[in-house]
Amino acid sequence: MERHFHEQLQHLKDTLIEMAEQVENAIAEAIEALVNQNADLANKVVKKDININMLEIRIDNECLKLLATQQPMAVDLRFVTSAMKINNDLERMGDHAVNIAERAAMLCSQNHLIPLRNIPKMAEITQSMVRDSLNSFVTEDVKKAREVCQRDDKVDQLDDSLFRKLLSEMMKDTQNIPKAINYLLISKNLERIADLSTNISEEVIFIYKAKSIKHHLNPAEVIDIRSKS
Amino acid sequence: MPEIKILTRDFSFYYESFKALSNINIDVETNRVTALIGPSGCGKSTFLRSLNRMNDIILGTRVEGKITLDGQDIYDKNVDVVDLRRRIGMVFQKSNPFPKSIFDNVAYGLRINGEKNKSRITRRVEQSLRDAAIWDEVKDRLEDSALELSGGQQQRLCIARALAVKPEVILMDEPASALDPIATQKIEELIFELKKEYTIVIVTHNMQQAARVSDYTAFFYLGELIEFGETDQIFTNPKMKKTEDYVTGRFG
Repeated sequence: MERHFHEQLQHLKDTLIEMAEQVENAIAEAIEALVNQNADLANKVVKKDININMLEIRIDNECLKLLATQQPMAVDLRFVTSAMKINNDLERMGDHAVNIAERAAMLCSQNHLIPLRNIPKMAEITQSMVRDSLNSFVTEDVKKAREVCQRDDKVDQLDDSLFRKLLSEMMKDTQNIPKAINYLLISKNLERIADLSTNISEEVIFIYKAKSIKHHLNPAEVIDIRSKS
Repeated sequence: MPEIKILTRDFSFYYESFKALSNINIDVETNRVTALIGPSGCGKSTFLRSLNRMNDIILGTRVEGKITLDGQDIYDKNVDVVDLRRRIGMVFQKSNPFPKSIFDNVAYGLRINGEKNKSRITRRVEQSLRDAAIWDEVKDRLEDSALELSGGQQQRLCIARALAVKPEVILMDEPASALDPIATQKIEELIFELKKEYTIVIVTHNMQQAARVSDYTAFFYLGELIEFGETDQIFTNPKMKKTEDYVTGRFG
């Protein structure tokens, strides 16, 4: 017999997917605003963040109600508690997209300091990480979740390499510092979004495998949460 | 505006000189599940049984205040109590099938209400058994004794028996307290389905069950209604300290 409770879990899942789609759009539009120097688009991203914030509150309430009224157990319990964390992570990603959009608006009126290669590349990988981490959550695909974790290294490398480039620009001419700092902060925001996608993927592995791979543990050396030690 | 099926205003109930319920005000919404919770002796079962005047059969009882069904006072002198109980059916804690066949158990209410047409009775019995989610388990053994069914099946049969006379409200007094977890889950899912057609009031000692199945929850204590509200609110953010103490297990 299909339980009403499982329909409620599906609804929770659907709402998280809706939120993830909005976050992904916000990142895409923030980067587009930066690349094309489009201040209107940047402002739009900032304004739309309220929708993501409202979804966060809605999902939090939904999780609390499910915990209080349905007493979920085992995989359902891990699902609801992880949904609360994923919700939190997605909301933070939305804030990072807003930070990027605000920096993009500041950079609109001047020429780009360096050719923008790393940032769009980072944004592309980061968006795919957001999308795939949520897909792995929906489809219960632990393998895909592990792949997302591995993609984070590429984002870190691009962040490091951009940092070095910007450092040399700043050393060449101190006038470049204000502009370079904006690019650095945008890169840092993208790097944080990638980290949060990794968190979500780790939660997916926790929900469906009952194993924690947090804090850079090799996925091969996972901790079984049921073990006593 | 939500439609109110049963409305109680300043309803009090006495067993001789003992006041078992004191000034109860509850609006029971149509097509919703209202759960009554509280410790033993709090008056929740007395209240439930007041809703279809099942307490009338106990000597020395009297009521004050008002209970209405669709706006009509159910304690009015002109009310036909048999008709009232057809409109407000009841399912008890211990399943109590008659020592008759499965078919005759469900057909019983129809027959005493004067239905003689066999094909109508057959159709209604099947529909009631389907609505009570037990049809597939009994359709090939309708002539077997109801007492041969398992506890969970007997309870669903009793629900089918209550549904057969097309009540508008179903009162359930601890309908799953004697059942195992699987049978309990079936009853709970059934309640969720039944509320599409009926208004349900359920008494349960199992707080988690109230949380799972109901839309509204009323918390009774020492004959008083301490708090009444949406179930989500009662279990996540009760307004009254006593309710909070009860739902968090800090009572007494």
